[in-house]
Amino acid sequence: MNLSSHLPILIVVIPLIAAFMNPLIGWRQRKFCNPLAVIAVSASFCIALLIARTVITTGRISYHMGGWAPPWGIELAVDHLSAFMCVTITFVSLLAIVYSKNYVEKELAEEKMVPYYTLLLLLIVAMLGIVVTGDMFNLYIIVEMLSLAAYALVAMSEEKRAYVAAYKYLLLGFTGAIFILLGTAYLYIITGTLNMADLSVRIQPWYGSWVVFVALALLMVGFGIKTALFPLHTWLPDAHSIAPSSISAVLSGLVIKTGAYCIIRTLFTVFQPRFVIEVMPVTSALSWIAAIAILVGSLFAISQTDLKWMLAYSSVAHIGFIVLGVGLATGYGTTGGILHIFNHSMAKGCLFLCAGAIIYKTGIRNIYDLAGLGDKMPVTMAAFTIAAFSMVGIPPTAGFISKFYLGLGALEQGTWAGWVFAGVILLGSLLTAVFYIRVVNNVYFGERKRREEIEKDEAPLGMLIPIVILAGGCLIFGIFPKIPLALAEPAARLLLGI
Amino acid sequence: MSLLSVIVRTATRWLIPFMQLFGLYVIIHGHASPGGGFQGGVIVATSMILYAIVFGLSAARKRATQRLRLVMESAGPLIYALIGVLGILVGGVFLEYRIIPLPYEPHITSEIMISIIEIAIGIGVMALCITMFYALAAEEALAAEEVK
Amino acid sequence: MILEFILGNFNYWICTALFLIGFYAMIAKKNLIKKAMGFDIAETSIFLFIISTADVEGGTVPITMGGEVLYANPLPHCLILTAIVVALTTTAVALSMAVKIYEHYGTLDAEKLMEL
Repeated sequence: MNLSSHLPILIVVIPLIAAFMNPLIGWRQRKFCNPLAVIAVSASFCIALLIARTVITTGRISYHMGGWAPPWGIELAVDHLSAFMCVTITFVSLLAIVYSKNYVEKELAEEKMVPYYTLLLLLIVAMLGIVVTGDMFNLYIIVEMLSLAAYALVAMSEEKRAYVAAYKYLLLGFTGAIFILLGTAYLYIITGTLNMADLSVRIQPWYGSWVVFVALALLMVGFGIKTALFPLHTWLPDAHSIAPSSISAVLSGLVIKTGAYCIIRTLFTVFQPRFVIEVMPVTSALSWIAAIAILVGSLFAISQTDLKWMLAYSSVAHIGFIVLGVGLATGYGTTGGILHIFNHSMAKGCLFLCAGAIIYKTGIRNIYDLAGLGDKMPVTMAAFTIAAFSMVGIPPTAGFISKFYLGLGALEQGTWAGWVFAGVILLGSLLTAVFYIRVVNNVYFGERKRREEIEKDEAPLGMLIPIVILAGGCLIFGIFPKIPLALAEPAARLLLGI
Repeated sequence: MSLLSVIVRTATRWLIPFMQLFGLYVIIHGHASPGGGFQGGVIVATSMILYAIVFGLSAARKRATQRLRLVMESAGPLIYALIGVLGILVGGVFLEYRIIPLPYEPHITSEIMISIIEIAIGIGVMALCITMFYALAAEEALAAEEVK
Repeated sequence: MILEFILGNFNYWICTALFLIGFYAMIAKKNLIKKAMGFDIAETSIFLFIISTADVEGGTVPITMGGEVLYANPLPHCLILTAIVVALTTTAVALSMAVKIYEHYGTLDAEKLMEL
């Protein structure tokens, strides 16, 4: 028995088993739920690192479920992009679970604790499932599993509008699911296969057929809803601002990124880069939409006064950055897009966890009431500042590297459109600076309402450690960008076939 | 007690065992003929839903308590996943159950394992469907109890 | 010629009609339960569409007892069975949320809920 060849399935199955053991254990003792989840996701994190090492040294891993060879059996295919996503997902969600321990005890009703951990584990299982699967229909089912867990987690919040926000999310998410299913069905009808690698070969004679165009359009709209790409983003601010903060961090940091992963997979693995760039210029259409998303998302974020709403709209803008990188379809551009998935999930995860800590300690949500928090919660606010700088893209934070790559990619295109995109990236970063620097300014230099002495009152250690690790990550991966680039660069090159 | 007439109650008492038997038949034969864990589980769940409709939710909740359903809901997927892991433990790949060392031919072993998986799915789906119905109906039942 | 085209693809027309009915209900109806019904109808139309494409002319059930048999493609049925489970769970989540919404706000009207 050699476990190293089973890594792609073990990374999914360990949290899955933990998710279903959770109700049984939580039924006896609620306090065991958190350690169980931490252990399971830590194991997944170690496996993700092993997968990353294996992929870097030996290339694509293919795992045949039940011993049935593809294209008949279900294949788990892990390439550089999947490994990159696995590490990102397990890293951020592990920290979110560690953070949950104190947070959930205070912010959620006691009987919600067991379902919270079960659903969170299922959410993580689904995200990992999406990135390791090599089968189109499997992808649809797991995307739905992800969405179901996300709807329930949003509805779990104690906020007044939680159910309405969750219902809105459900309606739009289900519409997306319908489109994905129909698109997958079209692909199956014309090719008779569902395996992605097999599909990419068999679909080639059909390039130019209307069915392929319609299928691609349906898949793009479906995954666009799941990703909250600009005109389809309306569910995101509600759902992400109302969910419990630890869940917001996972939703905003990871769940919408898996949608972006699906877009990348569909464009460059199922369809050939040649087709989506030249025959049917989906990528340039996506770039323009993403450019609008960056500007509109930033402008919406500027007009918000609620901290979590602002962060949620900022996600709309940054999904724009990621999709823009994908749409540029140049070596640097796509590397920047993929790298931004990692950098943004760290920064946005950190910001939402900080927002959660602020709400946990003070209950403040309005950004103009934050004055004086720099003295009250120094560590949290320092982390918030670093993460905010990373979002803006100020060197030496990680956000700078990915935006630099995006800019290079835009100029690499060499057309007038490339210059426009470079301008949009710059303008988007400036607009991001407007609303983040405003908060940071308020925190440290804002006019205090009461002139009394402010005592230092930090969030508990279990919440502080994940925040500090994420903020540290924003700095470390900004100073040593080679570490994530070791996976991101080959991933982009393999996808584009250059 | 139920508000429905004695005819409905008696008929239900007679019907439920047959419904459950048919559900079990569908589950057990799932590996070789049309049917399977999901369909059978839903049929078995229907019997409990009928029971709840006729005899009231509070009586039905005593028959299928929340804890029992919770255990069944978790046990179903767990058994499935563990059989998958068993394939890895005996040296194959995930869900490769035909090489599990039982004293039978590989295709018989495979059949047995699929049956176990179908039963597990059946258990899970049954508990889940009952829970879904009870959860949707719970509020009315509480209101009715308050009236009494 | 046109008649043949219409009759030959009748499954497409029925599915399209069902899909549009469902989609209309999802968009235009204000009641949250009716919206849930709408998306169920739309999803069902896609299920029917996929299953209808599995048909092979003259094919029988795909249970072989040896020998060469012309049978219908069984894969779409399995896929749709899985998709039905997904649709069932989504509907259950949607309905339970509708119950909770009614409990909290006393209305299921989408427009009134958006004003909150």
